[in-house]
Amino acid sequence: MKQEFKIISSLIEKNSKILDVGCGNGELMKYILENISNNIRGLEISKKNVQSCIEKGLTVIEGNAELDLGQFPDKSFNYVILSQTLQAFLSPEKVLYELLRVGRKAIVTIPNFGHWKVRVDLLFKGTMPVTENLPNEWYNTPNLHMCTIKDFVTFCNKRGLKLSKSISLSGKKVSYIEEKNLNYKNLSSELGIFEIEKLNESNNS
Amino acid sequence: MNKIDSLKKYIVKDILKLDCGKEISNFPIAYETYGELNEKKDNSILIFHALTGDQFPCGKNPITNKEGWWSYALGPNKAIDTNKFFVISTNVIGGCMGSFGPSSIDPSTNKPYGSNFPVITINDMVNAQNFLLDYLKIKKLFAVIGGSMGGMQVLQFVSNFPNKAEVAIPIACTASHSAQNIALNELGRQAIMADREWDKGRYLENDKLPSKGLAVARMAAHITYLSKKGLQEKFGRKLQERDALKFGFEADFQIESYLRYQGSVFVDRFDANSYLYITRAMDYFDLTKQFKGNLSDAFKRSKTKFFIISFTSDWLYPTLENREIVIALNAIGADVGFIEVTSDKGHDSFLLDVPDFLNAVKNFLNNSYRNIHETRI
Repeated sequence: MKQEFKIISSLIEKNSKILDVGCGNGELMKYILENISNNIRGLEISKKNVQSCIEKGLTVIEGNAELDLGQFPDKSFNYVILSQTLQAFLSPEKVLYELLRVGRKAIVTIPNFGHWKVRVDLLFKGTMPVTENLPNEWYNTPNLHMCTIKDFVTFCNKRGLKLSKSISLSGKKVSYIEEKNLNYKNLSSELGIFEIEKLNESNNS
Repeated sequence: MNKIDSLKKYIVKDILKLDCGKEISNFPIAYETYGELNEKKDNSILIFHALTGDQFPCGKNPITNKEGWWSYALGPNKAIDTNKFFVISTNVIGGCMGSFGPSSIDPSTNKPYGSNFPVITINDMVNAQNFLLDYLKIKKLFAVIGGSMGGMQVLQFVSNFPNKAEVAIPIACTASHSAQNIALNELGRQAIMADREWDKGRYLENDKLPSKGLAVARMAAHITYLSKKGLQEKFGRKLQERDALKFGFEADFQIESYLRYQGSVFVDRFDANSYLYITRAMDYFDLTKQFKGNLSDAFKRSKTKFFIISFTSDWLYPTLENREIVIALNAIGADVGFIEVTSDKGHDSFLLDVPDFLNAVKNFLNNSYRNIHETRI
């Protein structure tokens, strides 16, 4: 888990303004606050998690990312982070566009449904996969829209979203995802970490 | 000399121009302080009271002999820790606990002002309190905090004095008093004014007291401070010291008896004219309109860190209205946190023992103080 935080943090420039969407109990925010930038705040739906964030001295707004991102003006953050939450939204597509409206860059991490363990579960056991990154059963999972790294890359390419950085995490192993190794990384990665920009706007700036 | 005269007061010599156009000077602000101002003078907190509060949030109120109105939240080692912070608490102008109000004596007539007291606003209240800060030589506050009408004062204070407070905690309030709230206040005022003893506001000089009207006003208002669920759980249809209905209009139900009691004890401690004036000030509060429809403009000169708190069962100042303040602050990239605390205790939650609320305030204050004054990142 810490490994993911380190990779996300390494993508962020010092002292930039950051919004962590679905910030949970604030572990990632705390890490960034202590190491990268103190200009960070979170949006979190669970009251219990909001309390945990306040206990840690973090700035957090209780709210629902699918409803409450609208109140932030365009480009009001340098980075908007969405860590392992995209698949839980009713409309991930809309949320992704909102992230890119509110932030100059979005950092999105996704648990990879294409990982070999997931495929083995489905192929040999014939059951929905339960892994470290996907710990829930089919009947109680918050994940409505699981996707693979390949799905996500394809989606971004189709929509003209620029993946300025694509990183694979497997255990503690960190590597880059490229066009030529996409099929392999889609099999070996547990987590995909992407830095995303809107293509037309990154050209202008 | 009556007891009220002996309360701690500062006489404001400066001229305060009120929103109604009148000017006042040489007027008293009654206040109390708790805890000690530290050497760096960076630990002071100004707290604002709600409609019927006063300058005694904790400890025993010397006039009413009751426990202070915010005794759950404020005191040594409490959410607002007086071992750590220097807390300043005033009675608002218009009030009846020693500050300039309708029961004050008008020197030109030697009688209480009564209905001749000028209509005051939330803006006037915070401007008056700022004179006290000058007198206490507090240039910078660590925090301003208050619930309900106290929260409105927090918003107005930050708007008027953008960089005077480092953090601001408006609780269970609104930036613009709603039609429903104006209506409920009007109900209370009409109850007072319908009492013959009110005597067009001159009851004090004529030795009368509109206690029936004021009690009804309080009963109606008290209902709005609770939630339906809270009332149902506490009282349900339980009967008051009887086994069966009496087929009359005595207090058959416990809730009736409770409300009557709340009304009767209120008239002993609160002035009916103050009730009229202060509810009017709340009704006139519309910070959004003051900034031509854009609430964000009220805060754009400020670097104050905000933490806004609402309660799930508060239907008087619902989460939606508190959220509007959050939205306005987010629109200008201000530093703002927000939590809606789960509680069945209605609007009154901020005055009661609601641990999630008290913990949030405590953690926010202590962490913010540490971040601003004790560490540098």
